[in-house]
Order: sequence, then C-alpha cells, then structure tokens
Amino acid sequence: MAEMKTKRKIRPRVAMPAQDALARAGNFNEVALGYSREQALVEAERCLQCKTPTCQAGCPVEIDIKGFITALCDDDLAKAYDILRQTNSLPAVCGRVCPQEHQCEGACVLGRKHEPVAIGRLERYVADAFMRQTGDTPDACRAATDLDACIPSRPERRVACIGSGPASLTVAGYLAGRGISVDVYEALHEPGGVLVYGIPEFRLPKAVVAHEVDGLKALGVTFRCNWVGGKTITIDDLFDQGYGAVFVGVGAGLPRFLGIAGENLVGVFSANEYLTRINLGRAYDHLNHDTPAYHARRTVVIGAGNVAMDAARTALRMGSSEVSVVYRRSEAEMPARREEIEHAVEEGVRLRCLCGPLSFHGDNQGCLKGLTVQKMALGEPDASGRCSPVCLDGQTEQIPCDMAVIAVGTRPNPILIEATPDLGLNKWGYVQTDPDTGETSIPNVFAGGDIVTGSATVISAMGAGRRAAQEIARRLL
Amino acid sequence: MGYTILEKQELIPGQTTMMVIDAPQIAAKARPGNFVMLRASERGERIPLTIADRDSARGTITIVFLVVGKTTAELAALNQGGEILDVCGPLGRPTHIENSGTVVCVGGGTGIAAMHHIAKGHAEAGNRVIAVVGARSRNLLLFCTELSAFCPELRVATDDGSAGHKGFVTEVLKDILDSGETIAEVVAIGPVPMMEAVSRVTLPYGVKTTVSLNSIMVDGVGMCGACRCTVDGKTLFACVDGPEFDGHAVDYAELKARLWQFREQEQGAMERFSKECRCDG
Ligand SMILES: Cc1cc2nc3c(=O)[nH]c(=O)nc-3n(C[C@H](O)[C@H](O)[C@H](O)COP(=O)(O)OP(=O)(O)OC[C@H]3O[C@@H](n4cnc5c(N)ncnc54)[C@H](O)[C@@H]3O)c2cc1C
Ligand SMILES: Cc1cc2nc3c(=O)[nH]c(=O)nc-3n(C[C@H](O)[C@H](O)[C@H](O)COP(=O)(O)OP(=O)(O)OC[C@H]3O[C@@H](n4cnc5c(N)ncnc54)[C@H](O)[C@@H]3O)c2cc1C
Ligand code: SF4
Ligand code: SF4
Ligand code: FES
Repeated sequence: MAEMKTKRKIRPRVAMPAQDALARAGNFNEVALGYSREQALVEAERCLQCKTPTCQAGCPVEIDIKGFITALCDDDLAKAYDILRQTNSLPAVCGRVCPQEHQCEGACVLGRKHEPVAIGRLERYVADAFMRQTGDTPDACRAATDLDACIPSRPERRVACIGSGPASLTVAGYLAGRGISVDVYEALHEPGGVLVYGIPEFRLPKAVVAHEVDGLKALGVTFRCNWVGGKTITIDDLFDQGYGAVFVGVGAGLPRFLGIAGENLVGVFSANEYLTRINLGRAYDHLNHDTPAYHARRTVVIGAGNVAMDAARTALRMGSSEVSVVYRRSEAEMPARREEIEHAVEEGVRLRCLCGPLSFHGDNQGCLKGLTVQKMALGEPDASGRCSPVCLDGQTEQIPCDMAVIAVGTRPNPILIEATPDLGLNKWGYVQTDPDTGETSIPNVFAGGDIVTGSATVISAMGAGRRAAQEIARRLL
Repeated sequence: MGYTILEKQELIPGQTTMMVIDAPQIAAKARPGNFVMLRASERGERIPLTIADRDSARGTITIVFLVVGKTTAELAALNQGGEILDVCGPLGRPTHIENSGTVVCVGGGTGIAAMHHIAKGHAEAGNRVIAVVGARSRNLLLFCTELSAFCPELRVATDDGSAGHKGFVTEVLKDILDSGETIAEVVAIGPVPMMEAVSRVTLPYGVKTTVSLNSIMVDGVGMCGACRCTVDGKTLFACVDGPEFDGHAVDYAELKARLWQFREQEQGAMERFSKECRCDG
C-alpha cells in the first residue's frame, strides 16, 4: 500500500495498436497488432513493483509477473521470457487470449484506482519479441520448456497424450525437456486443439500455434494426427505398447444445442461447425481450399461467450452485412473477454441483449428464415450473484436471418469415455481426477483441461497439464 | 507421411473406384459399419467414406466411392502407389450384429459396397443373408461375385431390366417379405430415397430396419454437429451415435434438405478442379 501513497503520477495504460475497425472487419489478419518495444517499456514502467504483488495470485499458473516486468524494464528480454516459461508454456498464446480482466489484471493493485498494468499485452510482447530474436536459430529447449538445456531423450520412458490442445501441449513440453519421449495422438489432421480449430486467425494467428508445435517437434515430440483415442487406439493398447503413463486432454468438444423448434434447418450451425470449417478447413480462403462455409446476409449468433464473439466477428468477415448476438441477460453479464465484446461492437456486431431464443422458422425448402425471441428483463440477483433473466409475458420479436450460429457451450465428447469404461466420471460426465496430480481412477492415466473442468480457459488447461506432467515426471524419472 | 494406395480399380469407368489402402492401425480395429474420414490433399476437404472391407492380416482397408464432386474426383485421380494425405478411423458405431436368423441386406448403387461389409459380418455371425442389390443398369452393379460367396441368395433389380428384376429393390424386398420366411432384420444402404422407400415397405411387416445415414460430416468425431439428424424426434449425431439408425424413426425430409446445404460452393470447387486438371493435362 505504501506504493499507492507516494505521489507518483500514474500514466494511462498504453493503448494496444489495432487494425482499423472498418478495414479489419473485411480481413482475417490479426486485430491487435502488439506493442512496439517503446510502448512495452512505457507500459512496463507503470508497474508499481509492489512488495507483495497481488497480481500473481490472479494468474491461474501464478506467473512471477512482477519479476518478468522488472526484467523487461531492465531490457533483459531473455530473462523476462525465462520467467514466463517457468510456469507458462504458451506465453504468446496466453498473452493474446487470457481473460486478463478476471485474472492477473483483475488482481493488479493499480486497477483499484486506475487502469491495471496491461500484463497480458506485456506477456505477448515478451513472447513475440523473444521468438523474433531467436528467429531461425531457435533455442529449442528454452523456447519449448522451462529449461535451459534439455536432458537427452531416454526412449525407454514413454508417455502418450491423447488430444493436442493446450493441456497436452504443456504435458509434452514439460516431459520432453526432461528426456521423456512423448507421442501425441490427435483425432483431427492438425495439432493444437481449440487453438487451431476454434479461435480464429484474427485473434490467434495459426503461425503462433504452429511455432509452438514446431518447438515441441524439435524437442523430439511426435504428433500422430488422425489417431482417435478410443477408436484407432485405446488406453489399454497404449500401455500394451509400453507407454508408462497416458495423459487425456481431449477437451469438451461436443456442441450443445438449444432444443428448440427448427434447430436442424439448413442455415443453423453449431459454433464448432462454423468455426471449424473456417479455421481448420481454412474456408475463409475458399478459392484455395475446398471446405465450404455457409454464406449469409443476416446472421444471428446465440450466446455471449468468447465462442459467440468469435463466431459473430467471423460472420462479418465472411461477408454477412448484418450480424447480431442474441443473449438472455444484459451486456454486463456477458462472459466473453471485455476486449472481444468491444472489438465486436466496433466492427459492427449488434448486441441484442435480454432476448431468449424461442424457435427458428424456415421456408418450405427447409432453409432458415428467422428466429423468434422472447424479450426478457433482469430480475433479482440469484445465488451466484448474477441477475437472472425473467420473461416479459407476451413480448416476442421476430429477427429475420438466413444463418444462425449456436454458441451455448459444449459437453464432453463421448468417444474416449465410452471406449474406456473404467474411467471414473463426475456427475456432469467429465473425467474425475485427483486435484493435486490429475490422476484419474485408472492408475497412471492422467487427465486435464476441458475434459475435466468443462469449457474453461487456455491457461487453466495448461495449469492442469503442468500439474499432471510434474507427477508423471516424478514417477517415471 | 500419407496412406499408400496399394491397389486401385475402376469398378465402373468414370464413376466408381475401389482402393485398397495401407492403414494397419485402422484395419486392426475396423468392424462392419465403420467409416473413415479422409482428405486427399493439403487444401482438400475432409470427407467420410465407408470401410467396404478390411484385411487385418495384411493391414489394409478398402474404400469404394462414387465421383460426385471435387474431393471424390481428386481421390479418383490418385494412382496405385500414390498416397492419401489423411485417413482417420475407424469411426462410428459398428453394425450391431448378432446371430438372429435371416437378414436381408439391401444395397443401392455405391451403397452396395458398404452393404457388402455388413452382409459379410452377418454371414460370419451365422446369419442367413439374403442380398438384394439394385442399380440403374447391369453395368452399374457392384460386388455381386463377392456377395455370392457368402450369401445363399442374391437378388438383383435394375431400372432397365438388363439384369434381374426390372424395377426397384423395394419390389424385390416386398416379395421376400411376402414369401413367409421369418426375417429378423432388413439393412438398407444407398441413396436416401431408397433407404426411405425400404423403410416404408418394411413398416407394415413390423420388421426391424436399419439404415446407414450419409449426412454431411466435418470432423467425424462428434465435435461439430454437422451430421445431426432427427431420429425418433431426437437430435442425434450420425458420426458418434450412428451412422446406422432405426429406418422407421429417421426424418428423411430433413436429411435430404441438409445434404444440399453447400451445393453452390461444392460446384465452385468442382469447376476449379476441372479447370486445373485441364491445364495440367
Ligand atoms: C471458439 C473458442 C474461443 C475460445 N476463446 C478463448 C479465449 O479467448 N481465452 C481462453 O482462455 N479460452 C478460450 N477458449 C477456451 C479454450 O480454448 C479451452 O478451454 C482450451 O482450449 C481447452 O484446452 P484442452 O487442452 O483441454 O482441449 P482442446 O483445446 O479442446 O483440445 C482437445 C483436442 O483433443 C482432440 N480430441 C478429442 N477427442 C479425441 C480423441 N478421442 N482422440 C484424439 N484426440 C481427440 C480434439 O480434436 C482437440 O484437438 C475458447 C474456446 C473456443 C471453442
Ligand atoms: C458415414 C458416411 C459414409 C459414406 N460412405 C460413402 C462411400 O462408401 N462411398 C461413397 O461414394 N460415398 C460415401 N459417402 C458420401 C461421401 O462422403 C460424399 O459423396 C462425399 O463427401 C462427396 O464429396 P465431394 O467433394 O466429392 O463432392 P461435393 O461436391 O463436395 O458434394 C456432393 C454431395 O456429397 C455430399 N457431401 C459433400 N460433402 C460431404 C461431407 N463432408 N460429408 C458427407 N457428405 C458430403 C453432399 O450431399 C453433396 O451435395 C458417405 C457419407 C457418410 C456420411
Ligand atoms: S498467463 Fe494469463 S492470467 Fe497469467 S499472467 Fe499471463 S495473461 Fe495473466
Ligand atoms: S502488475 Fe500490478 S499488482 Fe503486480 S506488481 Fe505490478 S502494479 Fe503490483
Ligand atoms: S461430423 Fe462433426 S459431429 Fe459428426
């Protein structure tokens, strides 16, 4: 608190340079351009270097935030990067996609009276600048693990990861750096999980993810794409083949639908389908890629999380002239990252709050023509502290649209779970694990990420991966 | 890194191709009714094709496909010794096969190939399999020799009467149902209108009828919901809950509408591919 009292003038937070809103709504290039070195140094100077930094506890993997910012102020990029890498294996990703306002920045002391330090942006700067610096001669070990030099591989110690999202990538990096040979089995044809098939290029360029994957490959991690855990290979098969431990990081990919009339009309998509076609299938470049995406003039997106904002902003870029987001509560309750909501609105997405979807209707060809919504009002706060929406009787509205994207969450994917009857589940159907080690009901089978928690965040999936990897390393080494 | 094509045979010139692919890990697990998702090239689309046969000792799976658009045309242009970039599987729930008596397996067009693997499974389980195959004309029939090897009865229907019964498979099926033999199950694989017609024929007889739905798929592993169908009023995913469902409970009108979702873009991709082919050739 002493810091707060010294009459130091607090500058405003350095704004993130971004592509012009009008221009970017027509392209898939990254929206936030990243700080320059000068901007990063100015922002880093805003940090009060608190004696007891509150920010650190706000980060799910407890990055030594004050430490990396100090190193940055000292212009020691390598040290700043090392500090990040000690607990976070994908800083270039997290700096871009973490919901910082609820995490590190939400806990920054400066945020009480001023704007918090832009921790995420600084993290991104350090990661990007370090990668640029190491460039063509990547210091593979440092770039992909938290170690200075990797231990030579000991091929007899083998670990398999099922799924290649951030949870598995973290496990792979941690173990590979310690000499364990890791094979990652992925059902799709490209590794990265949601980072590749879900989060769009304009928010997280594929090249950033590919760089991380390449770093792991350089460490000796093998990626076996098109292998479906539970179908092509079961967990028993993996142990039979000599793996000492298996990490399950299959995410929570099965999309939820609303269960309302007309949901299977042509033109109604799950956000996963819409985004997968465009991201994994590269349908944004349809002239050069075959996977088709639906083209619509008027798009309605249902939901208000990151996934909904991604779908809405993608629809704009794919040529929809009117895109609205339909949400039961008000803007204040929207779960998406603040920055994404602001970006979406700047780009022209219309927020239609206090509207609950009632039914879709179509023409006689089975194609979507519109959505009927129930108007709502905010009621009293419920047990969770959020105001629950209440129906305004008799007040409905028709929203004409030719595409609807449903982004109301996901459930656990059944494939691996059904193929592994011994895997203990919790009451929501997610995999049950020991919170300290990530071990499941099957010995030496670990799990982490969305398949354990349900849809969460990249950083929490990585935190779970790290805890499991530590335990796996302890047992195998 | 791809999957090598060990054999390629044009079953119907210019239309239907069979390929035997080296994929030991898939062959080891494949069961009748399973399918694979494959991608022919880096910029290609991921599409589903049924596993028409497998040889686990040799480590191969067989696919049979009709050229209908860009991806199937691109596949057909690959040669023996060439590689398919991605092959992922075996996917879907395998056919439910138990020793149940007499089973009628109906296949239409390219669906005969997929039906063949299921018929074989039923025969291996000790069932008496009556195969009914149909096509527009004699030269478009597939797998008749293979089916004869394990089916005591093979019935043929062609639209033009060039082989077997002149007319539809449903007429042949009705004959069989009327013959008085107890039929435990009818399995139908082929074009959607055929599966719908078969289900309509069997309904009054109360015979269990299984159809294999060919809805549009993106990932094939339950992640996108593109393949969703309405069965018995419920939304189910063909790739993880199917692809085989109770033929009497499927909403065929919805399935048909959903199959046409991307017609325009598909035609665009095909036109570009044909042009490229001409430039190269
Ligand atoms: C559109 C979208 C936007 C998001 N935006 C943000 C954001 O801004 N910030 C944030 O922090 N979080 C965001 N999230 C959430 C975040 O991406 C996830 O919480 C995180 O990716 C979970 O990581 P994971 O490793 O558990 O699994 P995933 O990333 O889901 O990866 C799982 C992988 O396993 C594969 N797989 C599944 N089943 C099998 C099987 N049987 N065999 C082999 N492989 C299998 C899948 O194909 C997938 O590649 C977003 C999610 C989506 C969908
Ligand atoms: C479980 C399953 C098994 C199948 N097995 C076979 C088989 O053994 N042999 C065979 O010839 N065909 C099979 N099909 C159909 C086959 O997938 C399509 O013919 C193929 O995708 C067409 O792709 P294209 O690019 O050549 O044609 P396009 O020009 O892209 O499409 C032509 C038509 O094919 C269908 N189609 C297009 N894309 C897809 C897709 N991603 N998924 C499914 N259907 C699509 C649509 O109805 C479309 O109108 C199967 C489909 C499913 C779902
Ligand atoms: S990982 Fe995420 S939460 Fe942690 S400091 Fe970085 S941006 Fe903040
Ligand atoms: S980031 Fe905020 S909380 Fe953390 S040390 Fe700096 S000023 Fe203090
Ligand atoms: S194809 Fe994506 S869920 Fe079935």
